[in-house]
Amino acid sequence: MDEPREGKLRWMPAVFLAAGLAVSFAIPQYNLLNQYVQLIIMYAGINIILALSLNLINGYMGEFSVGHAGFMSVGAYIASFLTVRIFPPGAETLLFPVAVTAGGIGAALLGLVVAIPSFRTRGDYLAIVTLAFVMIVKSALENIDAVGGARGFLGMNKMTTLPWVFLWTVLTVWIIRNFIYSNYGRGVLSIREDEIASSLMSVNTRQVKLLTFTVSAFFAGVAGALFAHVLQFINPRMFDIIKSTDMLVMVYLGGVGSIAGSILGASVFTILLEVLRPLEAWRMVLMPLVLVLLMLFRPRGIMGLREMALFVPSSDKSNSAGKVKQA
Amino acid sequence: MTQLRAERVTHYFGGLCAVSDFNLELERGALMGIIGPNGAGKTTVFNIITGVYRATEGSIYFDGDEIIGKTPDRIVAMGISRTFQNIRLFNELSVLDNIRIAHYAGSRYNPFEALLRIGRYKAEERRIREHSYELLALFNMDVLASTTARNLPYGQQRRLEIVRALATGPSLLLLDEPAAGMNPREVDQLTDFIRWIRRTFNLTIILIEHQMRLAMAVCERLMVLDFGAVIAEGPPKVIQTHPLVLEAYLGEKVPV
Amino acid sequence: MIYLLQQALNALQLGSIYALIALGYTMVYGILSMINFAHGDFFMVGAFLCFIVATFMQLPFLPALLISMAGVALLGVIVERVAYKPLRQAPRVSAIITALGVGIFLENFTLALSPYPKHVPTIIENTTISLGGLTMSSLQTIIIVLSIVMMTVLHFIVQHTKVGMAMRAISWDKNVAPLMGVPVNHIISITFALGSGLGGVAGMLYSMAYPVIDPYMGIIVGWKAFISAVVGGIGNIRGAMLGGYILGSVEVLVAAFLPSTYRDFVAFSLLLVLLIFRPYGIFGKPRTQKV
Ligand SMILES: Nc1ncnc2c1ncn2[C@@H]1O[C@H](COP(=O)(O)OP(=O)(O)OP(=O)(O)O)[C@@H](O)[C@H]1O
Ligand SMILES: [Mg+2]
Repeated sequence: MDEPREGKLRWMPAVFLAAGLAVSFAIPQYNLLNQYVQLIIMYAGINIILALSLNLINGYMGEFSVGHAGFMSVGAYIASFLTVRIFPPGAETLLFPVAVTAGGIGAALLGLVVAIPSFRTRGDYLAIVTLAFVMIVKSALENIDAVGGARGFLGMNKMTTLPWVFLWTVLTVWIIRNFIYSNYGRGVLSIREDEIASSLMSVNTRQVKLLTFTVSAFFAGVAGALFAHVLQFINPRMFDIIKSTDMLVMVYLGGVGSIAGSILGASVFTILLEVLRPLEAWRMVLMPLVLVLLMLFRPRGIMGLREMALFVPSSDKSNSAGKVKQA
Repeated sequence: MTQLRAERVTHYFGGLCAVSDFNLELERGALMGIIGPNGAGKTTVFNIITGVYRATEGSIYFDGDEIIGKTPDRIVAMGISRTFQNIRLFNELSVLDNIRIAHYAGSRYNPFEALLRIGRYKAEERRIREHSYELLALFNMDVLASTTARNLPYGQQRRLEIVRALATGPSLLLLDEPAAGMNPREVDQLTDFIRWIRRTFNLTIILIEHQMRLAMAVCERLMVLDFGAVIAEGPPKVIQTHPLVLEAYLGEKVPV
Repeated sequence: MIYLLQQALNALQLGSIYALIALGYTMVYGILSMINFAHGDFFMVGAFLCFIVATFMQLPFLPALLISMAGVALLGVIVERVAYKPLRQAPRVSAIITALGVGIFLENFTLALSPYPKHVPTIIENTTISLGGLTMSSLQTIIIVLSIVMMTVLHFIVQHTKVGMAMRAISWDKNVAPLMGVPVNHIISITFALGSGLGGVAGMLYSMAYPVIDPYMGIIVGWKAFISAVVGGIGNIRGAMLGGYILGSVEVLVAAFLPSTYRDFVAFSLLLVLLIFRPYGIFGKPRTQKV
């Protein structure tokens, strides 16, 4: 029940949004933080979007996807192609949100395709399907000359700015939260718990899977679009299985089935990568090691199925889907 | 009036014939029992009716509509709900969520309304929530609403499974060995409980029982399965003394 | 005709390597129902061991082969003990992620030690035999013959020895096997040793045929081998061998008609189609879940 909130709290989201936007505008405007730190913040935001997107499938639904690098690349390529080749010069900054959305939609359509095998296969077999998907997208892109083939694609302006990253991140959190705390979201959780019981309790599991993969892929595509317009250069190799593994680390570090966990995991991951930069190549040795250690000692991550009250709609407090304590 | 009709239903697992030539006419409001020794094919009959398995041969009509070939969620939406022999709750979720999930087919808002929290979303969520609480209250479980299902004691888990099945709004309820793991006193209570839910929710019920005790006490009609075939059918009194039934149960004591 | 035979020979060579690797996937899956995502990287380690042995110790073919095989077998056993064993009762997802993690660890670890691609010196004299226009190198002969010998030995071990019987018992029913006195941990280690060892051999043979090696070489080849295992029906040993040769032939065919950049595309699309329509492969059997 959406009881009217206490007078003060009611305005909290609006205030938070306004303040966040103001700050994200102010930072680049007045150079409050140096360029490098600003860049890290933007990566953190993009990574939060990615982690949330993957968490939907791997955490909430309990399926297993390593395919999100594929969705991300599709979003990145579509958006970049639009801003560089299609949009009239001069208008591309104005149309940037359109490009990002288009990237998301393109990825979402592919998400639909990947959802279909998930009707019949689960666990490691689905993992392979998504992996094959990543490989197929990558080698398809390598063979498309219009986007530069294996050499990659460039010419994007640096249109991803702090305010954009902030807005998209907040939008992602909000929509994914809404999704989880709805009928469909509860369907997602029930599939994780027991797919057969789920369908016998009237959940249309195919519908739920289609929807979940679509939403998840959409945001991975959005993240890809934002990423391409920070880096201003993309090539198919950037979006291989290693990229998917980064996302896995973020999700399983922060915690499966938890929005707060994904935010935490993505932030810690991004910062850790920067802090460890002096280690050079050994940094990349550490990441998979962290992943293995996590699986051995804390397989559900820091937050592990628990949620912060902030991300639970007031109508669902005290009974949140994610409020289950760790077993 | 016939609510459920099965015609020549046969099911094979590879070479194993788990159900053979199963026929059934079930009146609306009836309370029927299926009994039989281990591995007789009782659960398989439920699995076929609810769409978990697709019968190798035969047809099943529910309120006149063929249901073989339909997916489980559509069959539930038509009004057939069930419990499981081995409890299958959504373990990591709250009691309330277990019940709310069973409202999936009955909810009337679309994904866009859910993602953006607009339109019918709020009213429907409120309705689902209130209905869930009403149901739980009816079974004295509303105080447990936020408890994680796996933390419930065994008896409450069995009860929650029944409440969850009822939350889908069935007209036919299939109970698979509801007395499993209960002591004799609890079994006696269960007899009244089953009669009570039938009355309260206006249900037709099929009950699988492995032991005859509960089935004899509560059912108006019994069907006996052995090696997938129906070997006897009739009122409990007749079944009790039926020679084929005694033979099927030979070696096991017949607790009457 | 000669052209066709030549292509068949190439397919046989490539298929042999896929088959050797596919066996590792299939054996581990058969016994643990787990896909060892790191297996492709075991193959890579085999190639690097061969490089080390050939470059720094200048050992001839046979000792190099033994060292690659034993080294990778040991690696497999250690990885299983340290990373997989504690997760046997954990949710399957944990095991998948761990295996992925181990694989990437091996790749990046090798990369940190050896940032540039390496060239493997020739360790056997490469003479070519010409038979009426059909050329066959000694290397090609060794790869094909050795692979077939190895597979035959493996087949014998699995079908006709006590260890093999124990393996089959565990893959039949993990829970009952220990009750029958099968030393499960021991047998799992042996399985990993055998499977990884074959992967190591494959790595060595591959690096002799394509002597420029890098830490990421195991990813694609490993996945292709995995596809082979799935084609044959994962968990099935004969299936893995057959699958390897099928994939080898498909790739040679594709290369004959399409630009080589389409090879991966075709291979992975094949996997996808297969998983959707016949996920249990040629020799596999579908599983049903009991309700
Ligand atoms: N998914 C399955 N795959 C193969 N065989 C199955 C499957 N499900 C059931 N069986 C077999 O079908 C037969 C009937 O099983 P079923 O579960 O219907 O028996 P039951 O009468 O419910 O027995 P119980 O009293 O033990 O619950 C048994 O021999 C069982 O082993
Ligand atoms: Mg049963």
